[in-house]
Amino acid sequence: MTSVATPTLVKGARAARSTIALKLLMAVSGLVFIGYLLLHMYGNLKVFAGHDAFNEYAHHLRTFGEPMLPYTGLLWIIRLVLIVALVAHVASFVALAARASKARTQKYAVKKNIASTLSSRTMRWGGVALFIFVVWHLIHFTIGKVNPAGGPTNDPYNLMVDSFSLWWMTVIYLLALVALGLHLHHGTWSALQTLGLTGNARARARAKRLGVVIAVLIAGGFALVPLSVLFGLVD
Amino acid sequence: MKLTLKIWRQPNAASTGAMHTYELDGVSPDMSFLEMLDVLNEDLNAKGEEPIAFDSDCREGICGMCGLMINGQAHGPEVTTTCQLHMRSFEDGDEIVIEPWRADAFPVLKDLCVDRGAFDRIIQQGGYISVNTGSAPEAHSIQVPKDAADRAFDVATCIGCGACVAACPNGSASLFMGAKITHLGELPQGQAERDSRVVNMVGQHDHEGFGGCTNIGECTAACPKEIPLDVISQLNRDLRTALRHGH
Repeated sequence: MTSVATPTLVKGARAARSTIALKLLMAVSGLVFIGYLLLHMYGNLKVFAGHDAFNEYAHHLRTFGEPMLPYTGLLWIIRLVLIVALVAHVASFVALAARASKARTQKYAVKKNIASTLSSRTMRWGGVALFIFVVWHLIHFTIGKVNPAGGPTNDPYNLMVDSFSLWWMTVIYLLALVALGLHLHHGTWSALQTLGLTGNARARARAKRLGVVIAVLIAGGFALVPLSVLFGLVD
Repeated sequence: MKLTLKIWRQPNAASTGAMHTYELDGVSPDMSFLEMLDVLNEDLNAKGEEPIAFDSDCREGICGMCGLMINGQAHGPEVTTTCQLHMRSFEDGDEIVIEPWRADAFPVLKDLCVDRGAFDRIIQQGGYISVNTGSAPEAHSIQVPKDAADRAFDVATCIGCGACVAACPNGSASLFMGAKITHLGELPQGQAERDSRVVNMVGQHDHEGFGGCTNIGECTAACPKEIPLDVISQLNRDLRTALRHGH
């Protein structure tokens, strides 16, 4: 029953092998994702500049830096950074979640949550849901280029408008954005706390406010596009 | 007051326990929670049953010995220790569920008593000065800025009761550790061993089987001394500094 706790003193502890090092990995990789999401959102909002501007932006992403970089060179650099961040984020999640589940094997008969937010309690399953969404999202727009409406797939703008003309596609994306908003709400503040940047009550309140701002800004900014298609503002 | 008590009974560390239900009448709202349990134990004694084991010492809210999970909240519904919780916080006819702190690093010894030796070992890893310093120096020879002294004192009020671990969904002792790290790290005397202290304490914390912190804040809400979440930020920052210094 008490296989973990042993009355021995640890010798030669290393900072890099600690749970806090895992948390730092989680925090830094999470901040990388926030940075990427802001860039991605900027690109999406190009939809309001019209068909040609949106497609030109999509094409320019691939030719960016030519001839110094090869075709799609910048995209692959970004993808590499994202893959490294994803591996770090998931690996630290798996290790920390496993630790947490082993830390209390005998559950309480009654346990109340007093201070924790819904977003903080849904980080793990919300994160898994986001991962599944990202797989679908990549199949949809990047790797597979699926047009569920049956139209052509070689025109990014039309592919997007066709997709979001289907109500259930809009629902999937909006649900994913709710999950993203919740994840960012707690994740932003949590990352700043883990990095040790919230050492007093004012800094803590600021970090929590920033969490709300980032969540609303990113989830809201992304939601504008499918909502605009749904309401016929973009076609 | 008449109460229905559901209490965890476990004869010893090796056996598995279970919840038992007791009816208790004649409880005064002026009784402390522990006095209420004393009354129940007198009843049990009179009936020839084994009384319920629970920890307590000063019963003034300053020693950190007592600690029960009461209706799913560490130390019950008020921001105080179990011994300073009074029955006026409950209603006549209430059902009260009483459990020990649950964490694999705090094994149950008997009924509601847990072994918090893991905290002692974390303290042993860095919560003291490891060199003989002779007699007490002149108090003014090392000056401490007022802000630092205040902060160190505020977090030094941590009594090590373990409510933070009990309330944390991850079974993390980060608030406890953060309080100790901040307390010693704020003072000039604590600087010499600042890096090694945080690394050794966190190493022991992880070894004991406590979970990692997810910054959700259940610990600080349960803390009878209202230790703020800032101390976990300080703990993380000190660990990061130690990492940079190659520890």
